[in-house]
Amino acid sequence: MLNIDSLEKGIVLDHIRAGSSMKIYDLLHLANLDCCVAVIKNAKSSKFGKKDIIKIEGTADIDLDVLGYIDHNITVNIIDDGKIIEKKQLVLPKILKNVIKCKNPRCITSVEEEIDHIFRLTDDSNQRYRCVYCEQEYQDKSEGTAG
Amino acid sequence: MRHLIDPLDLSVAEIGRLLDLADRIAENPKKYSQVCSGKKLATLFYEPSTRTRLSFEAAMLNMGGSVLGFSSADSSSASKGESVADTIRAVSCYADICAIRHPKEGAPLRASGYSGIPVINAGDGGHQHPTQTLTDLMTIRAKKHRLNHLTIGLCGDLKFGRTVHSLIKALSRYEDIRFILISPEELRVPDYIIDNVLKAQNIPYREVENIEDVISGLDILYMTRVQKERFFNEEDYIRLKDSYILTAAKMKNAKPDMAVLHPLPRVNEIALEVDGDPRAAYFDQVQNGVYVRMALMMTLLEVEHA
Ligand SMILES: [Zn+2]
Repeated sequence: MLNIDSLEKGIVLDHIRAGSSMKIYDLLHLANLDCCVAVIKNAKSSKFGKKDIIKIEGTADIDLDVLGYIDHNITVNIIDDGKIIEKKQLVLPKILKNVIKCKNPRCITSVEEEIDHIFRLTDDSNQRYRCVYCEQEYQDKSEGTAG
Repeated sequence: MRHLIDPLDLSVAEIGRLLDLADRIAENPKKYSQVCSGKKLATLFYEPSTRTRLSFEAAMLNMGGSVLGFSSADSSSASKGESVADTIRAVSCYADICAIRHPKEGAPLRASGYSGIPVINAGDGGHQHPTQTLTDLMTIRAKKHRLNHLTIGLCGDLKFGRTVHSLIKALSRYEDIRFILISPEELRVPDYIIDNVLKAQNIPYREVENIEDVISGLDILYMTRVQKERFFNEEDYIRLKDSYILTAAKMKNAKPDMAVLHPLPRVNEIALEVDGDPRAAYFDQVQNGVYVRMALMMTLLEVEHA
């Protein structure tokens, strides 16, 4: 059993915007991991009032680039021996592969099977990603993604 | 191996060399009549475009090579659901170089990732059309003797006009270029061109609705077709339709050395009376298109030329 208060070895994603932990759970494909994963929603936060936390036990290979895209304010704590041994700074990834999907119906990704959906960061300050095939900007209709 | 998918795949220096070669071919086509003997061009046209396909095929035949291919998706394996990736892997075994026209944007890029032979984008959806751009650049250079210090008016359907998108990308790398974008509100240049090309490089541009207001300042007027069905409402079409027809009367206000280009086919956006005007360069483009495709294929195939 994973103790949600302490973790011997693993990764803690802290300061997740309250309510977006399940989205991150899906985007990181955490359901596919066979180790213990704890999702804590609406934890108290001195900074934000409320926050979500995800704790992953073990040495799972997590795509931190993707996390940088979802929310670069998330704190990534690497835990070993019950202590934080590393705090990772998240950055906006230059390339996103199979994280978001192109919605342009004129794009080759709308018909070609087994094609990677690849987006390139074209505007750092506005966090703008464009499909490498059709150059259309990705626009997420739901709230709480890149931010 | 080199491909030509996006106009920016070629550097300014490479474009210069390619246009020089195209000029030499134009001067003495016979000299190049066997440079590609034994080479095969595959034309993979998933949507019909007889003009572009013939231009590619003529170019290869002019160099002593041969051509094979298909000219609509229903006569090809695409109709059986084969992916572009699989088609190109097979075609790589039959041909030495290929030109792809596809209704979906990015299809040639996808193909190039799986290809064993050079891929040329012959038009993908509303996205890019780089060989038309080489044709346009050759024509502009022939008419104006330069590719810099130009004010270029682009008129018509700037939203879906892939020739326009490619031309803006290509010309934006030359010094002192300004664009006047003439279109109805609904058919303006897509934001990725505005953001990634024009704003990103601080290139001066204006968006206007009427040719008359701006024609006197242009060095180049690039006309494209506006289809009635592109308008969102009939009223706008009626209000604007005449402003997108280039007539002799409008040409009176243009500079005496302005050049009028059009990727063809035209429907009614250039009145026939303009054809005899020495500034009309759109029929030169057709011939230039063959020379420039010859030069391009020689370059991508790394064919030696004496
Ligand atoms: Zn796309």
